[in-house]
Amino acid sequence: MGKYILKRILIAIPVLIGITIIDYGIMCMAGSPLAMLQGPRVSASALEAKKIALGLDKPFYVQYFIWLGQLLHGNMGYSVKSYQSVSSMIGSHLGPTLLLMGVSLIISLLIAIPAGIYSAIHQYSKGDYTVVTLSFLGSSVPSFFLSLLLIYIFTVKLRLLPSSGMSTLGTNGAVSDVARHMVMPVIVLAASMAGSNIRYIRSAVLEILQQDYLRTAWAKGIGRFKVIYKHALRNALVPIVTVIGMEIPVLFGGAIIIEQVFSWPGLGLMTMSAISNRDYPVIMGVCLLSAVVVLAGNLITDILYALVDPTIQLQ
Amino acid sequence: MGFIMKSQIIDIDKISTESYLQTVYRRFKRHHLAAFSLIILAVLCGAAVCAPIIAPYDPDAIVGAFSGAPCRQFVLGTDQIGRDVLSRLLYAMRISLLVGVMATLISTVIGVVLGLLAGYFGGVADMIIMRFTDMVMSFPYILLVLVAAAIFKPGLWNIILILGFVDWPGIARLVRGNVLSLRETNFIKGNIVAGMPLRHILFSEILPNTVAPILVYATSVLAISMLDEAALSFLGMGVQPPTASLGNMLNGAQSLTVLTSQPWLWIPPGLMIVILVVAINFVGDALRDALDPNSEKR
Repeated sequence: MGKYILKRILIAIPVLIGITIIDYGIMCMAGSPLAMLQGPRVSASALEAKKIALGLDKPFYVQYFIWLGQLLHGNMGYSVKSYQSVSSMIGSHLGPTLLLMGVSLIISLLIAIPAGIYSAIHQYSKGDYTVVTLSFLGSSVPSFFLSLLLIYIFTVKLRLLPSSGMSTLGTNGAVSDVARHMVMPVIVLAASMAGSNIRYIRSAVLEILQQDYLRTAWAKGIGRFKVIYKHALRNALVPIVTVIGMEIPVLFGGAIIIEQVFSWPGLGLMTMSAISNRDYPVIMGVCLLSAVVVLAGNLITDILYALVDPTIQLQ
Repeated sequence: MGFIMKSQIIDIDKISTESYLQTVYRRFKRHHLAAFSLIILAVLCGAAVCAPIIAPYDPDAIVGAFSGAPCRQFVLGTDQIGRDVLSRLLYAMRISLLVGVMATLISTVIGVVLGLLAGYFGGVADMIIMRFTDMVMSFPYILLVLVAAAIFKPGLWNIILILGFVDWPGIARLVRGNVLSLRETNFIKGNIVAGMPLRHILFSEILPNTVAPILVYATSVLAISMLDEAALSFLGMGVQPPTASLGNMLNGAQSLTVLTSQPWLWIPPGLMIVILVVAINFVGDALRDALDPNSEKR
């Protein structure tokens, strides 16, 4: 097992380096962050000094290696805009995003797993039809439109829920207050994820229900309950693990738009402001972090596969 | 068991007398929701194409009061600077559909070519192409699009190109998988033995046999790229005003006045996106069933 994990990590490294190179290449095409600093009150010599201070006078491949070298020392660089270190910026924004993503992931699974299994067991029934139709709706509604609708209904009309931020201004963020702020973003994220997950789990369970070992289980006459809840569901764990693995990059991306709409003080909000400020070190840091998270997610998925499915051989 | 066998035999008889397209049509019709969606899509596309004829006003011209509520003269009201919302909605549909279709075409072509090459040649070519695919897939999709949109000046054609260049990995994987299994079939081996040119084998023998799954996948890419265009334009990084797109019409709803007291400005474009994307997804799902050679259940 340990050997397998090591091997997977070694395979992931070239992919990761490739990602940083693509990333850096795109950034270099983008133009200089100095353009954002220019104005009537900034002199040319000040700009030149700034350029040298930021290391922008060197060719881009040298800049890349400088960045990579610093990275290996745990230094992700400094924000061009706020002069904070990128790692501390990410550190302070990571918590809210992880909270939002984690809760949404759990809620979407709590919806999608029972709904998907129900739908598969009762294939072509009215209930199945309803679940599938709703799941299509869930994955087809743009998340920002759903957010606007929820804000319109719950904040503007009913005045029930706060529409922005993570806690009410002037309070120190009691759990119940944060929970109230989380309701709408979580609904939006969970709805869009549950939509595609329901269909995925449904078709995976349908496939399991047609397997020979299930026919054997039926033939043994052990009863519907045991066939479905003992033989079928244990095998359905594999597709469910796949779903969790697939969701991680989706969550990361979805959080960007949701955080923007609800002003949730997480990585997404930070990334959007970094993008509009052309704050390259921050953008690079976020891209790198997200690539690491996605690759780690794939690795964890593979390990979980081995745990839930003893027939998969790790080599 | 005997009964099931009998019904299968009847089905097979029926199939043998109809052409492939007839089979697909018959299976597609079974999905009432999809058939209904197809009609809606046809009507909406027709309206989008005919926008210059049926739109009551010029979409960019100021024709009425600022932020006027819907009335008989302006069915969906007017926007903040007095343009007719209905006319803008029709033109926005045109733009959003154009972005979706073009981005899907680009990503399908890239995905098909890379998938064919990787699957057919295998070895080093396969490894390089697939590792590259992994890299593109490892980026959170929206982040990649946002960064690209921030770097290249936002605009209609840049959005099409960006979406087209990030949507292809799924199709490449799908095609590669199909090619890998097709390569082992006798008719492809026969072609190789007969000394047919490579281009013929790839595009005239292998490709037609994997068109159905590509078509199904392309419908979901179409839905996704329309959603992405809307999200990008909503964030102000997509199609730029004054050109109307369904996403940038919703952009105004970020202001509180529009959100709270002028719902006619943001609910129609939002609903239009939902209707279009849901309809495309339903059609895609029914196509998956109708084109699948193994689906003759029910």
